[in-house]
Amino acid sequence: MTSLLPILPALLLGLGAMALLIVGVLAKPEPAGFTTWGAIVLLVAAALVSCAAPDTLLFHGLLKTSLFTRFADALVYTAAVAALLLALDYNRKEGIARFEYPILVLLGVLGMVVMISAADLMTLYIGFELQSLALYIAAALARDSVRSTEAGLKYFVLGALASGLLVYGISLVYGFTGTTSFAALAGLLGANIGYGAVIGLVFVIVGLAFKISAAPFHMWTPDVYEGAPTSVTALFGTAPKAAAMALFLSVMTGPFGHLLAQWQMIIEILAIISMALGALAAIGQTNIKRLMAYSSIGHMGYALMGLAAGTEAGIQATLIYVAIYVVMSFGAFACIIAMRRRGQAVEKISDLAGLAAQRPGFAFAMALFMWAMAGIPPLSGFFGKLYVFSAALNAGLVTLVIIGIITSVISAFYYLRVIKVMYFDAGAPDFDAVPASVNFVMAVGAAVTALFILLPAPLITAASAAAKALMG
Amino acid sequence: MIVNLAFYFFSFILLASAVMVVTSRNPVHAVLFLILAFVNAAVLFLLAGAEFLAFILAIVYVGAVAVLFLFVVMMLDVDFAALKEGFQRYAPVGALVALVLFGELFLVVSGWSTLAGAPAARLYPTPDNLTNTAALGNLIYTSYLPLFQLSGMVLLVAMIGAIVLTHRDRKRSLHQKLSAQHARTPEQTLRLVRPELGAGVSVPASEKEAT
Repeated sequence: MTSLLPILPALLLGLGAMALLIVGVLAKPEPAGFTTWGAIVLLVAAALVSCAAPDTLLFHGLLKTSLFTRFADALVYTAAVAALLLALDYNRKEGIARFEYPILVLLGVLGMVVMISAADLMTLYIGFELQSLALYIAAALARDSVRSTEAGLKYFVLGALASGLLVYGISLVYGFTGTTSFAALAGLLGANIGYGAVIGLVFVIVGLAFKISAAPFHMWTPDVYEGAPTSVTALFGTAPKAAAMALFLSVMTGPFGHLLAQWQMIIEILAIISMALGALAAIGQTNIKRLMAYSSIGHMGYALMGLAAGTEAGIQATLIYVAIYVVMSFGAFACIIAMRRRGQAVEKISDLAGLAAQRPGFAFAMALFMWAMAGIPPLSGFFGKLYVFSAALNAGLVTLVIIGIITSVISAFYYLRVIKVMYFDAGAPDFDAVPASVNFVMAVGAAVTALFILLPAPLITAASAAAKALMG
Repeated sequence: MIVNLAFYFFSFILLASAVMVVTSRNPVHAVLFLILAFVNAAVLFLLAGAEFLAFILAIVYVGAVAVLFLFVVMMLDVDFAALKEGFQRYAPVGALVALVLFGELFLVVSGWSTLAGAPAARLYPTPDNLTNTAALGNLIYTSYLPLFQLSGMVLLVAMIGAIVLTHRDRKRSLHQKLSAQHARTPEQTLRLVRPELGAGVSVPASEKEAT
């Protein structure tokens, strides 16, 4: 039993998903509510079990568990539970309450957990594919909507290209070294390596950058965020980002740890382009989901800054940033999902005009998330930025930090504009009553974002321990 | 000598049929050339001593994928002429990109070197006394069992996806519900009235809807 403990979360997710699938197929009418709650229970159970799992290397070095994987797993589970809670009511109102959706989320989370725990390039690839495939389908869930099917197809085609590049890079690395195991690669890849391995490394970075939607591999993000049902967008913005970022960290510091000189520049460039694009392209957006897409591109740029530092403090900073980003993000999506007028979902920023007068609580929560995303103290987003900036500064990346500060000032413009529209523009949004599950997610997100300053220690120490476990 | 000749022969057919896949006007011919390309690639694997890959390629790609393509091409009304419309216009740009990519790949392959420690690092070298089907089987069902199982999960997701995106519970025909018919009683459907002469009957609104 103890030897099964490290993979018990994965077993729970996989077998649980199959059990729910059987229930879903046999029960009439479609038990969408039941499978959603079942999936939430399974995710919570998997999260609890994964906290108790010991540190090991499993299956001849295919998978590993450590404080780092547990930290990232916890983020993914939290984000997935939040996304399912948000989907509960939204999917029913939009007429897409399929019982398969929570099952796809479960299988996607299984892929993410495998990806995070990967200790071999093959495990990495299979986890990557499992979660991507589940997400492609989720994007096209509203199949009668042209935008949703377009989002699904676009995501699928570009994602297939990215995973092709990733697997090509893996094959080059394998061809150069003769092994796919992270531990063996870390031992073999020293200073003196040929073209092949460097090009392989670049292809792997491209595949991973696509997944976290770092510019210039972000093309799919705005269209997919806008086209997919909002409940699915809430998932896209959180769980896969956290998982892919954790994978990025473990791949760059693990097998390619000694190649810092080769990849540091690439990561810096990715970070700079992402931050700049996130700041500039979002200014002209009128659709709040597109705004969130560009905002997430920018946030991934800041998170990459910690990785670019290449130090343990940098890894810790990235983990803190991603954790804070996940909470802000599902909070903001809870607000977006709550934007319904007479049963119709609305997603224009101008639809928010006058919200503060009618629904002060709702408007305040939205304002909190926007302030936090802009990085204004004393909210949580400020501390995320503080940590990545100081890590980059300590690693001597001054240019990167200056660009980061400039772009965060620029991006403050569009975050504050949302607040201005809510508080100072005239209008009457007349939004429908917000369901309890959405209110709950919104309140939890707002509380964590606002009160993080009072109790930062648990996250900071957990991230520090995780970074230490990763850098070993 | 014979092996070399065979290699060049089959590679030539492979490349020629790959070109035909892209250039042939008739989409059915394109798919047939695709099948030819697959078969030749399988033969090349066979020449390299990878008989398992050769058979998998023949069974999966020729047997399933290519035939599926053929079905799609023949059953769906896709206007292939319209799809190829921009070919002339985009050809120069495409050729340029292809040339750059080729140059880069050439650079990689020409400067290719494997690491000094690479042969020793190989986790599972090909065993001498086994066919490679048996060797692969030994690995897949032991060391790589979790990956094999996870690949199964990927296929499960693909299956769920295909059903989610295409299956519709349409009511196309009127089914006979025998139990409901048998359970009907005269009181539910029949009302006996004695209309007065010249006054007719007044039908309640609820019954009007039913008829």
